[in-house]
Amino acid sequence: MEKKYWKSIEELGPGKPASLAPEEEPVSPVELLAGRSDKLSASRRDFLKWCGISFVSATVLSACENPVKKAIPYLNQPEELVPGMASWYASTFMLGNEYCPVLVRNRDGRPIKIEGNPLSSITGGGTSARVQASVLSLYDSGGRYREPLKKGAPVSWDEADRDIIQQLMGQDGSRRKVLLTPTLLSPSTRALINEAVDHIPGLEVVIWDPVSYAAIREAHRLDFGQAVIPSYRFGKASLVIGFSADFLGTWLSPIEFARDYATRRRPLEENAPMSRHIQFESRLSLTGANADERIPLKPSEEKQVLLALHDALARATGSPSSGSHTTALYDVDVLARDILEHHGNTLVVCGHDDTDMQGLVNAINHMAGSYGTTIDPGCTYHAGQSDEKAFEQLVEDMKQGQVAALLCYRSNPLYHYHDPEGFLEGLKQTALSVSFATTKDETALACDFVLPDHHYLEAWNDASFKTGSYSLAQPLIHPLFSTRSFQDGLLQWLGREEDFHGYIRTHWEEAIFPQQSTHLSFESFWVESLQSGIHENPATEGSPPAYNASALPAARERLADASLSDGLEYEVYAGISLGDGTDANNPWLQELPDPVSSVTWDNFAAVAPETAQELGLAEGDRLRINDKLSVPVLIQPGQAAGCLSIALGYGRTHAGKSADNRGGNAFLLYRPNGNGRLRNGSISQWVRTGSGHAFARTQTHFSMEGRAIVRESTLDKYREDPAAGNELRAYHLKHMNTLYPEVPHEGHHWALMVDLNACTGCSACVIACQSENNIPVIGQDQVRRRRIMHWMRIDRYYTGDAANPGVVFQPLMCQHCDHAPCENVCPVAATTHSQEGINQITYNRCVGTKYCINNCPYKVRRFNWYEYATREKFNTHTTTELGRMVLNPDVTVRERGVVEKCSFCVQRIQEAKLRAKNEKRRLRDGEIRPACLQACPTGALVFGDLNDKDSRVSQLIRDPRNYHLLEELHTLPSVGYLTKIRNPKETNRT
Amino acid sequence: MLSNETSVALVKGNKSYGQITGELLATVEGKTPLWWFAGMTIGTILLAIGAWAVYMSLAEGLGTWGLTNSVAWGWDIINFVWWIGIGHAGTAFTIFFLVFRQKWAGSINRAAEAMTVFAVVCAAMFPLLHMGRPWLAFYILPYPNTRLLWLNFNSPLFWDVLAITTYLITSIMLWYLGMVPDLATIRQRTKNKVGRFLYGMFSLGWDGSLYTYNRYETLMKLLGGLAAPLVISVHTIVALDFAVSVLPGWHATILPPYFFVGAIFSGFAMVLTLMILFRKAFNLYDYVTEKHLDNIAHVLKYGSLVIGLAYVTELFIAWYSGVEYELHTFFHARASGTFSTAFWIMFAFNAIIPQLFWFRKARQNLVVLFLVSVIINIGMWFERYIILISSLAQDFLPSSWTAYHPTMVDIGIYLGTFGLFTCGMLMFVRYIPIVAVNEVKPISRQGHANEKTTQDHER
Repeated sequence: MEKKYWKSIEELGPGKPASLAPEEEPVSPVELLAGRSDKLSASRRDFLKWCGISFVSATVLSACENPVKKAIPYLNQPEELVPGMASWYASTFMLGNEYCPVLVRNRDGRPIKIEGNPLSSITGGGTSARVQASVLSLYDSGGRYREPLKKGAPVSWDEADRDIIQQLMGQDGSRRKVLLTPTLLSPSTRALINEAVDHIPGLEVVIWDPVSYAAIREAHRLDFGQAVIPSYRFGKASLVIGFSADFLGTWLSPIEFARDYATRRRPLEENAPMSRHIQFESRLSLTGANADERIPLKPSEEKQVLLALHDALARATGSPSSGSHTTALYDVDVLARDILEHHGNTLVVCGHDDTDMQGLVNAINHMAGSYGTTIDPGCTYHAGQSDEKAFEQLVEDMKQGQVAALLCYRSNPLYHYHDPEGFLEGLKQTALSVSFATTKDETALACDFVLPDHHYLEAWNDASFKTGSYSLAQPLIHPLFSTRSFQDGLLQWLGREEDFHGYIRTHWEEAIFPQQSTHLSFESFWVESLQSGIHENPATEGSPPAYNASALPAARERLADASLSDGLEYEVYAGISLGDGTDANNPWLQELPDPVSSVTWDNFAAVAPETAQELGLAEGDRLRINDKLSVPVLIQPGQAAGCLSIALGYGRTHAGKSADNRGGNAFLLYRPNGNGRLRNGSISQWVRTGSGHAFARTQTHFSMEGRAIVRESTLDKYREDPAAGNELRAYHLKHMNTLYPEVPHEGHHWALMVDLNACTGCSACVIACQSENNIPVIGQDQVRRRRIMHWMRIDRYYTGDAANPGVVFQPLMCQHCDHAPCENVCPVAATTHSQEGINQITYNRCVGTKYCINNCPYKVRRFNWYEYATREKFNTHTTTELGRMVLNPDVTVRERGVVEKCSFCVQRIQEAKLRAKNEKRRLRDGEIRPACLQACPTGALVFGDLNDKDSRVSQLIRDPRNYHLLEELHTLPSVGYLTKIRNPKETNRT
Repeated sequence: MLSNETSVALVKGNKSYGQITGELLATVEGKTPLWWFAGMTIGTILLAIGAWAVYMSLAEGLGTWGLTNSVAWGWDIINFVWWIGIGHAGTAFTIFFLVFRQKWAGSINRAAEAMTVFAVVCAAMFPLLHMGRPWLAFYILPYPNTRLLWLNFNSPLFWDVLAITTYLITSIMLWYLGMVPDLATIRQRTKNKVGRFLYGMFSLGWDGSLYTYNRYETLMKLLGGLAAPLVISVHTIVALDFAVSVLPGWHATILPPYFFVGAIFSGFAMVLTLMILFRKAFNLYDYVTEKHLDNIAHVLKYGSLVIGLAYVTELFIAWYSGVEYELHTFFHARASGTFSTAFWIMFAFNAIIPQLFWFRKARQNLVVLFLVSVIINIGMWFERYIILISSLAQDFLPSSWTAYHPTMVDIGIYLGTFGLFTCGMLMFVRYIPIVAVNEVKPISRQGHANEKTTQDHER
């Protein structure tokens, strides 16, 4: 009991209780300090105590330093830039034969995401994995050159220019001065190079591609008198026959072909009935996996079938070139009849860079009436202008010391040439060697000078991939390093005042503006072309040129000889992820599982199970082939017996941390042959040098175990019953009962439909998702431990026998179940269901019990086993300041120990909703495009609102082909799959 | 009832109370034997390995474990369930014998309870460590906060938290309160000042009066009654972690009773292992008699039958349901296929080998008893391995099927828990009488004589 103080005698008196004093009497701070403890619980002593504690803790805590992060505002804010809002610029991706007009998403002055440009008639907004990943190469801190180098030491641009010009101009005219480039799609660059050739005495250009398409040109020159690669129109073909042409993966123009091809793979389309696709190939390619009929043949057997098919067709049409070649490998007579049945709608393509084979293919296409219908010779590709003979001559001259100067623009022959030692020997005898490499490569390392070029997102450029179609590339960011575009350099050397931007403008004004008639002034033409990124002249139908069969007999004879090989053969190919290996230092691409083998970070020699048994090989054995390269063996179902297939693009030695010393360099086996380069050859010698190599695969069990995971049927059955192959759906719907009330979804109810027929498995969506959602790279070892972080994966299953299995792909992302098993087991309610049907994770709340991962029947949830985002050991790009610039600021970077997964790109949903709200309108169907859907070249994914009964996704979910994965568990997924319908021959007849 | 037929032989020899006290407190009062130091050394080494493994998990992340995107629980939860199972027996002993007035277990209670406490502590480490962000473990507690964050009461993991903490607290209370009279006895007898102070403090002012004894007995009965449902609930709820999920092999109503029986089974086996060791180490042949061991062997025999029944029932239901996923899990992953070795080890060790105890000779052979008790605990570990890994590694979509291999860190943590358990038990045997003196006295011959006299008087 505290002492009671009294103020007056009345207060003390018994009759007057203290409560008479007003309760609400305010207490002044003075009273407080003076210790008026009768009103207050805190005394002066308490006050001082708290003061002391506050001071001490403030002092102690402030001693723990927090890193200071500076955010510097603009001094003059650019007009079009609103912080937090993305802006989009059109540009163009070009790498090797791959071309894609793109839109680049810019946030706060840095490009963070590549999307397809939907205005392009070639790609229609589709992309590929390599296009998606190209943004990361911009921020490649370990792989990019940062300044000009002279013999490996930094040098100023002026000094480098002075030295080079001096040497270039000063050399005697007897020795060659060569500018080595791959096929350049840029008309302005070509024009500029022509000017340079005119002005720099003795300068000549040699065009040489890492992956050659020269044989198609040569065959067309021989047969039609024009050295062109004509347009292939898969959208017009009802019968597609492929000979090792991976046209859905990497061949020539895969985005365009996949898109066109998919238009003929939808069973419902009345005006474009489903095509039939027959593929002859050695390796199980993405294209072969999608075919209705696939025949595994080793390259020599392919020649045999091609010859027999030609002869059968010639006999059937009564063509004079008919011969008597037959084959036991395939019933070519039936196929020849089919070709005639589809006369004018057949398309035969061949991926071999062999003039003889291409000549035969031309003859078949000619007899099938393809020219003018499925092949448009009037519209030609500008890719593949490589001149093998000129390059061989160059190497020879270099070795002889006949070359005074070699300028390598986008060329890396020390890696891409089959005889790097020979080339290096020649390079040493070359007085001046200059490389314009953007990123580190083997040739640049050996050159006297490196004048680093911009990344394509930093530079002006233009492109013309096909006749009549043009696109522009514009800089999205100030150059990150002291780099200079090759073209600006040339202009400087020529003493020109203007930069390449001005040069392109002038070129467009002179060459392209006159071709069109919609714009009266060049300025409006230029602005529109720059905004839309592309300019396309209306197509002009050319009449098919006259066919000349004079080269055919000789070709047939040579092929007949070559087809008699019975030994072990090899074949090299460009894979989905790395292609020719130019951007091999891109960790996203390295970690992208090959869609068929599911191997990451490695290449391998694919061997058929039968051949492996014959040769006594086991998976993981190391083989040294023809004493050239050493690769591990992968036993691949569907691989042609007697043939080893090896992907190009691996085995880099000086490209950077992600690329170096992974797999073997298959370019060593990619040898010149006349005008082209042979992708195949015979294995004269192989030795096993080791065993036990562990591949980092994302999937190791390939059978569906008889479960109805991918539901499949044939076109005939589908026509009888649209629910063919999907009979289980009706059964499950009938038996679906629940004790719980249905979950109402107010407003929107998001859903995603996947058309398994349109999906080719190209994996563009996987990288798009990785780019959009800041998904970390984890490195080979972690992938081996089956911890890949991709939110979206492409499952692949085999059916049938191992010699030639059927293959199905299934893109799998979070199914956003309305009765999600993950949600009710989380103890801290970190994963919850949104009102709009999205299964969401609150990263901050997640403690990482991983119960949700276990309880997810689809196993789509991912766990941050380590601090993947910032630990260098996992080979991730986000460990450097520069690499972190690629991060999407709309998506949280996840900490170690939390679970993550597909969010349906909730940030994009939110963005679209806000935009609609600001514009005071309803959301339009199809307005929200998650990253995977945006990237898809074939339109296999459809996203929308199920509450809108007219939306496309609602219509598709009512389609009889629709089913939900594991629907018997009653998880009620928001993702639906449309059954896969194939169009094989047998059932067509019945 | 058991008590009637066994009462005679529960404590061998015609011992007086004083003799009993002297003999039983010898472990505490005598010189520390050499083997104790040896045991402590081994325990400490194991603890150090465990500390390294825990450090790796905390500093590096759960990536140091062998888990994958599909198998997100591995050795951590296997060991958790295994230890919790072992931690069953002690409290079960005390409670069931308290509630059913089975006095024969009086000499085993104390050790069994100590085992429970240390086993549950070992087990409780795992749920904490298996979290991705253990520093936020408090999120799992229902504490009021201004952010309006609340728990998901639907999640069995939250039930787990409640069940385990309640069980741990109750087990500690039972164990500790049960030893208060003995602590008081040591306090009286010890000459060491520090010892006297500590034992005095922990004996809570025990005065040994009848009044105190009366209250004590009431308290113990109440606690026993309260704890009885907990013994059942704790492992039932651990079973619900699995049964509430959708995975084939987990999603089964049989799991709660099956887990409970399994826990009692493994717990009794562990008690048997430890008692055989203690009996030898401390020369307790007169207190832990062949009869005790025989009784435990009987319990194990019946437990094994029930476990075997559960295994067969699971297989039958999987076949009878015709569900393709269940069929795969039970017949193609477990009974044959990838996990068949582990499955048949489990089946043989748990359901077949303990059937040896039908033979009196086996029950009376100490070597057989010891080996079988160890075999049962190995078998029970494999049972949890089978349940966890085979269901996770091969579930619905074959595309995400993975293999599972533990890492050194996984193994290190497990060894660490052995270290913790060993050190804990050794500290216990050194400083606290392993056999409850106050509980043994009533069942000794003199105790019976006293009881008889009292009963005669009452008549």
